[in-house]
Amino acid sequence: MSVLSRGFGRARTRPADDRLPPGQYDVGNSFPVLSAGPTPHTPLARWDFGIDDEGGELRRWSWEEFQALPREAVTVDIHCVTKWSKFDTRWEGVAIDTLLRDVPTTASHVLASCDGGYTTNMPLPDLVNGRAWVVDTFEGQPLAPEHGGPARLLVPHLYFWKSAKWLRRLTLAHHDQPGFWETFGYHIYGDPWREQRYSGD
Amino acid sequence: MARAAVQRRLTWLPARLVATSAESPRVHRLVFDVPGWSGHLPGQHVDVRLTAEDGYTAERSYSLASPPEVGELHLLVERLEDGEVSSYLTGELSPGDLIELRGPIGGYFVWSAAADQDDRDTGRRPVQLVAGGAGVSPFTAMLDHHRRRESPTPMQLLYSTRDESEILARGLLGPETTITLTRDVPVGWAGETGRVDAAMLLRCTVKPGDSPRIFVCGPTAFAESTATALVDLGHEPTSIRIERFGESKEPS
Repeated sequence: MSVLSRGFGRARTRPADDRLPPGQYDVGNSFPVLSAGPTPHTPLARWDFGIDDEGGELRRWSWEEFQALPREAVTVDIHCVTKWSKFDTRWEGVAIDTLLRDVPTTASHVLASCDGGYTTNMPLPDLVNGRAWVVDTFEGQPLAPEHGGPARLLVPHLYFWKSAKWLRRLTLAHHDQPGFWETFGYHIYGDPWREQRYSGD
Repeated sequence: MARAAVQRRLTWLPARLVATSAESPRVHRLVFDVPGWSGHLPGQHVDVRLTAEDGYTAERSYSLASPPEVGELHLLVERLEDGEVSSYLTGELSPGDLIELRGPIGGYFVWSAAADQDDRDTGRRPVQLVAGGAGVSPFTAMLDHHRRRESPTPMQLLYSTRDESEILARGLLGPETTITLTRDVPVGWAGETGRVDAAMLLRCTVKPGDSPRIFVCGPTAFAESTATALVDLGHEPTSIRIERFGESKEPS
């Protein structure tokens, strides 16, 4: 039984939007920036992206090689654990399915690692079958550093902290290893529709 | 190996407003009594939930502005245009009214005297706080805690605000604090003026050679430019922790 807030919501004009998961609000045209540390600025000449597992590196792409991969454009809603949601965001990049095409694996989980030391974890099935991408373009423009450029992970069906900025590596594993926010009390999986914000939700 | 996470479920708790006061023209200090509160570390935040009579709910996050030594929980809430939660909290909520709250949330943007005692190597490093506007909120909890615990850790605050009337937690700020006013500067003002930049950081904050732990809190543009300037001055990126407000209509 929740506590009613006397008089709250009287001035509300917009109807509830069924694209909004519980506890979220529509941020409209703005795009808030959140990160735990300074924005890294890795030159493209030094940027690479790799997939590895317990045995070491499996695949690696330079920026030029990454640009030559088959690309996809997606329009998705995104949901940040700090309560804002943003509808119809347009991204371009490479599907994880494409990146994993020649990587046979029996792994169950993935740990994403980034410039600046950030990490986040998720089950491998959440990254495949057209559900996740490594994106380098937002609304037709190169992805800005404060939003995760040169390239970030995009996993729109999970809270946006899972869509790691400044992505450099995906590590395939046979166990779930908590990433950065996951060790600080945030939910291990993070489904916005089940409002899995914090551990135990 | 990652540290063991605290696997404790965060439940919604009824929070009764015991006092509300204007801290500045746009910011209210709300004081809540929250039976069952489990305690927190300075720097952590809470989620607030409001429920309308028709079942509509809205949630927002706010940093705790009081240290764990204080029984009640203090929030500094900035009234934002079109902010349905902040305008309700600062305009309509009256002493005796209940809202719901859960936490504490976040374990990275925190400082505590006890942690410095447990980890002497880290604890020897000074702490530099850099605030923009209402971003001073979590730092009031850290400064108050530091004072009450008589912590030996050197701690300084550089606090950027628009004008004198917008200085928050004034009674708490002591000689460890440098204030810079970015808009209206009164005659006889002895503090800094203008926006935080590399030169001001060099003049008013702990030097890179002293390996400070740095906490930056404020609006996105402030946090971004401050963190970039700190890195350019030679501070280790990993020693800089950031909490941003984003460009949203409500702090996030």
